[in-house]
Amino acid sequence: MQTKDLISFMIKKSIRIATLLVALCLISFLLIYMSPIDPVQAYIGADMMRVGQEQRARIAEHWGLDRPPLQQFMKWAASVVKGDFGTSMIYRRPVLEVIGKRFASSLVLMGAAWLLSGLLGFILGVLAAMKEGTWVDRLVKWYCLTLASTPTFWVGLLLLIVFAVWLGWFPIGLGVPAGVLAEALTVGQYIKHLILPAITLSIIGVANVALHTRQKLLDVLSSDYVLFARARGEKGIVLFWRHGLRNIAIPAITLQFTSFSELFGGAVLAEQVFSYPGLGQTTVQAGLRGDVPLLLGIVIFSALFVFTGNLIADLIYVLVDPRIRQGGAL
Amino acid sequence: MTDKKDSTAENSPAYTSNEMLLEVENLSVAFRQYNKGLQQMDLKVISSLNAAVKKGEILAIVGSSGSGKSLLAHAILGILPKNATVTGSIKYMGNELTTKDQERLRGQEIVLVPQSVNFLDPLMKVGKQVRTSVRNENPVEAQRRVFERYQLKQSVEGMYPFQLSGGMSRRILVSTAMVSGAKLVIADEPTPGLDPKIVDEALLHFKGLAESGCGVILITHDIETALKVADNIAVFYAGTTVEVAPVADFSGTGQDLRHPYSRALWRALPQNEFIPIEGVQPLPQNLPCGCFFQPRCERATASCAEKQPEAREIRDGMVRCIYAS
Repeated sequence: MQTKDLISFMIKKSIRIATLLVALCLISFLLIYMSPIDPVQAYIGADMMRVGQEQRARIAEHWGLDRPPLQQFMKWAASVVKGDFGTSMIYRRPVLEVIGKRFASSLVLMGAAWLLSGLLGFILGVLAAMKEGTWVDRLVKWYCLTLASTPTFWVGLLLLIVFAVWLGWFPIGLGVPAGVLAEALTVGQYIKHLILPAITLSIIGVANVALHTRQKLLDVLSSDYVLFARARGEKGIVLFWRHGLRNIAIPAITLQFTSFSELFGGAVLAEQVFSYPGLGQTTVQAGLRGDVPLLLGIVIFSALFVFTGNLIADLIYVLVDPRIRQGGAL
Repeated sequence: MTDKKDSTAENSPAYTSNEMLLEVENLSVAFRQYNKGLQQMDLKVISSLNAAVKKGEILAIVGSSGSGKSLLAHAILGILPKNATVTGSIKYMGNELTTKDQERLRGQEIVLVPQSVNFLDPLMKVGKQVRTSVRNENPVEAQRRVFERYQLKQSVEGMYPFQLSGGMSRRILVSTAMVSGAKLVIADEPTPGLDPKIVDEALLHFKGLAESGCGVILITHDIETALKVADNIAVFYAGTTVEVAPVADFSGTGQDLRHPYSRALWRALPQNEFIPIEGVQPLPQNLPCGCFFQPRCERATASCAEKQPEAREIRDGMVRCIYAS
């Protein structure tokens, strides 16, 4: 593929993300505007009795809440374009700083779960397809279908009960042990707190990847070119290595990159169950407590996150698959 | 593959030559199927099929779609799906071909030339795919030599199947057979959808293979293609061989042919009388009793519907018809 094609590809993608973001911001803003949460009340919280009607009106005026919604939106959008996402009401810090900090701890969790589900799912899927119809295949299918129909938070609770409460192998929650100074933390403690949430988050992904990989490999195995390979005496591992892996690797990897949205959605639930201080938990907090700037910031950020995953998936196809790369069709 | 029902064909002088490469006798292939819930049934798609090929000879297998041609190729190679059961006898170089032999011989001594570019791995460079077929020599050298012989530029080896033209992919597929050093080449529909010049070129390749001492089985639905290069022609109808005849018998009004179906096929060609025959080939699930061709045969009598005719040797050929002479 030529550089010119790549550039036009990137331009098209940029236009798409720009329009997507505008639409997304507008819809999110409208949803929050129409929600029953009153930002002033959410901001004041427990101090409600001590804050009079007049003071409330002044806070609302200070935030511009007395102006029509379109004006409010335009004002917010104008500062976002300049890079100012405002200040989080809950944390009293700039929104970008909060997101950056929380995302860093989520990234470790999501990354671990992403790798785990990808590798495990791929291996299980390959095993099931290569042994189609045997007990191995049935076991993998049973496992995947059971997990695919299980809610994330419920799996998280089960793991907590068994491994944290009964067996006591892992801490019950939080990202770090309570009551320990930040300087005294060890890497081991971080990892120990990470294991259960990461497993919870990867379990659902495993089922998805395994079932997709299995089906794709079965398609490949029943193709004409595998029949021809078998006619040439290839079988078992050699057959899988030469023709199977080659033909399922690209779809499997792209599927894994397009799963960013499920990963983010799962993180919201898993972090909530384990009180893990990541971006998912922050999203829930921002929503419940009416932290509009933070919530909108997270919406934009998560959209970019998912879009990046899809973009990488597209790029892999374009750059790796010879049929697209040399065919020059984008 | 030991179930032998009759040995009429085996006793003839033509079939006992010491040059015999492959003999298929009374081959039947059935597929286990489920119909109406869990009711299991065996669907017989090939029954009492005979074919034989000698070293240095081209046997063309002619029949319309659904007559069991490709399944014969897959049965010889042992690559039928798991739900298929095979009975009858397949002998390779005089010995019964067991499943173990098939695993050892396929790709080694018995090779398949498939029908289209779809049989090449879409994500593997074609040069590499040809090299994986090489058994006894340096793969790269063997592949370059065969490419040169078939006038394929060296740049072609770095191409993917989707970049090949029809003629190029045909030559690549034949190349996989050439480099393997096989003794028996089974070409399954190697010429459909190609322009006449490329068809002739492909046929020349098979002729060349036969001249170098290979046995070639050319499976085709196109009788004209078969006539150009074959030594013998086996005519398939509804999963069985109705006639095996030397190519010379396909001439004139078909008076030398033994079976009414072969004669009808011959006479249906545009350059001959262009007379189609009534009716269609029966499906495997509702075969007529007796001779499978009897409902469409103009010479059929009541005794034709009694039992399937045995294979008989007549004038250096084989026929399944009680009235053949």
